[in-house]
Amino acid sequence: MDFDLTEEQRLLRESVERLMTDRYDFEQRRAHARAPAGWSGEIWAQYAEMGLLGLPFAEAEGGFGGGPVELMIVMEAFGRGLILEPYLASVVLAGGLLRHAASAEQRAALLPALIAGERRLAFAHAERQARYHLADVATTARREGGRWRIDGEKSLVLHGDSAQQVIVSARIAGGRRDRDGIGLFLVDADAPGVRRRGYPTQDGLRAAEIGLDGVEATALGEPGAALPAIERVVDEAIAALCAEAVGAMAALHALTLDYLKTRKQFGRAIGEFQVLQHRAVDMFVELEQARSMAMFAALMAGEADADARHRAMAAAKVQIGRSGRKLGQEAIQLHGGIGMTMEYKAGHYFKRLTMIELLFGDTDTHLAALAEAGGLLV
Amino acid sequence: MDLSFTSDEIAFRDEARRFFRTEIPEAIRARAAAGEHLAREDIVTCQRLLNARGWAVPHWPREWGGRDWTPVQVYLYQDEMQRACVPPPLPFNTSMVGPVIAEFGSEAQKQHFLPKIANLDIWFCQGFSEPGAGSDLASLRTSARREGDHYIVDGQKTWTTLAQYADWIFCLVRTDPAAKKQEGISFLLIDMKTPGITVRPIVTIDGGREVNEVFFDNVRVPVENLVGAENRGWDYAKFLLGNERVGIARIGTSKERIARIKRLAAMEQDGERPILEDRRFREKLALLEVELKALEITQLRVVANERGRARGKPDPASSILKIKGSEIQQATTELLMQVVGPYALPYQSEPEAGSNEPPLGPEFAASAAPTYFNWRKISIYGGSNEIQRGIIAKAILGL
Repeated sequence: MDFDLTEEQRLLRESVERLMTDRYDFEQRRAHARAPAGWSGEIWAQYAEMGLLGLPFAEAEGGFGGGPVELMIVMEAFGRGLILEPYLASVVLAGGLLRHAASAEQRAALLPALIAGERRLAFAHAERQARYHLADVATTARREGGRWRIDGEKSLVLHGDSAQQVIVSARIAGGRRDRDGIGLFLVDADAPGVRRRGYPTQDGLRAAEIGLDGVEATALGEPGAALPAIERVVDEAIAALCAEAVGAMAALHALTLDYLKTRKQFGRAIGEFQVLQHRAVDMFVELEQARSMAMFAALMAGEADADARHRAMAAAKVQIGRSGRKLGQEAIQLHGGIGMTMEYKAGHYFKRLTMIELLFGDTDTHLAALAEAGGLLV
Repeated sequence: MDLSFTSDEIAFRDEARRFFRTEIPEAIRARAAAGEHLAREDIVTCQRLLNARGWAVPHWPREWGGRDWTPVQVYLYQDEMQRACVPPPLPFNTSMVGPVIAEFGSEAQKQHFLPKIANLDIWFCQGFSEPGAGSDLASLRTSARREGDHYIVDGQKTWTTLAQYADWIFCLVRTDPAAKKQEGISFLLIDMKTPGITVRPIVTIDGGREVNEVFFDNVRVPVENLVGAENRGWDYAKFLLGNERVGIARIGTSKERIARIKRLAAMEQDGERPILEDRRFREKLALLEVELKALEITQLRVVANERGRARGKPDPASSILKIKGSEIQQATTELLMQVVGPYALPYQSEPEAGSNEPPLGPEFAASAAPTYFNWRKISIYGGSNEIQRGIIAKAILGL
């Protein structure tokens, strides 16, 4: 048992943290956000150059050969920087589907451009009626001649507005919430019949509603039994989001401590007041408990036993959701008025943490699922 | 990064598990699991079995019975002990006065006391808190005045756990009333049979007698019972309290208790279905399991960090273990009481030996409410959770 990073992992952490320090301070982030896509193409190219876009892919396929721990390291640094780029959407989600559902030929065709930063993918899965139910897919795929055609409405496609290609989940058989009958299909974002409406999310990132009217598509892998791969990729995304949240919480806590030490009222630093000290400590306890569960999530993200993996991710998401909410609310409160302004970084961390809680199952959803499964200790 | 144990560590864990579950009497472990008060004899029996195995004082220096275990081994030993509901070696002996004597005591004190402390031939109690000195321990007033070859001790200690069983008491006493408050304190060992000592029980809200007041009236203590140097007692006390943090989260105890709650909640019916099938109850339990898992990993992180830390200098992060560990343990007692439900109401004193009186309600009901009441203490003792927050604020957050 150890919590040490390998030499390579340490170097990875240092290089990503350095990039965040040099290129992603609050003013620079505002500039990145003003770009037409809502994020920085220049930084994206930088990620490619550093090998980050190839992080989870096998070395034989041109990737970095990193596992969940490497992803945790990168996501934690991204959480501190509060990045705007489509890393989760393109590398973790779409990239994860390529790893777990696509054929070797398909990977060979798609990965080089993705890893080089020339092509971005998104994952269009959620639908208006589905909330957090992963099997709830009403979009359909039908065979027409030698091609697949997709019809349906996809919601909240993370960074779906700037992706060149979209992986769409669609049903080839079965009822709305059946586990069987779901397939994954690759669609060109500018193909005839694709309607896209991009918009900003509360945390300053981007998403899109995507409508598909008889859109021509290529199947990824064998259609019909894609749900386990989708669940696996969502579990990996949850682990990644937990790490991102820990990075954001750590940075927000540090920001709050700085404020407590420098803000003077009643003739002294407000951090001298015990009532505020104890609240800062409670935030710290939340941060450390969340960090422990993000580590647990990373170490369980590669677990082959789907049931054990789901329980672990549910537990981690519950802890991160609760800790992030408590720490975020307290950070705003301890900052007072300045915490309420768009011009100060604290509120942006708070908003990202809040959106992370709502992604891929909120706290209550995961707690209910974990309770239903009999808990964590078996 | 890896959460798994090495094959040697797993072998050690299995050995500990087998020993605790086969060599420590089942009856004692069952009483501990049910939350009943243990008799003096039970605690003595267990500690002597552990000592015979060489496992009563593994964290002591090697020449006095220590095992030089890695932090991981210490963790596994405690975790398995807690999960098997084995009463731990008396902390006043093995975690408190023993390490202080081993570190700061005279050779004669080591020879005389350490083997007896390890084997519980001498039972020590702790004379630190006073009516006016709780969290602000250094303001203690019990005085020791030098008179020839003796100190004359006058004053009062309180919250003295199990003083009714104790042969000796280790005390912080004021030897220099003129000095700054931390600098006039000494560490004395006092035989409880010395004339002038009176022990008076304090009944706690659960109805139990665990703690006492101890009064000292003109008590004559030979000077050779001073540990270390006069007026340096505060340093020794800090060293002692540093050792106290080890294992304080009691993850194993909470795991065992959650398993017990699940067993009982699967048996107890609410109408047509077991309590365990109630959605709200299950979610409360699941949330507790999440927090416990997080704390377990936090504890492992603290354990991993212990490599290279000086003895008696705890990682301030261990204050997290005290805060969250006590909150989780307390929450388990609430859930257990919830399972018992209305049958938590009757106050039932522990049955006398040979009593034929049937218990009121299910047999596990009697201790539910008393345990809940009693366990409110764990966020108060060992440095209250507010004191722990103060430690984190100062030592980690720099506030």
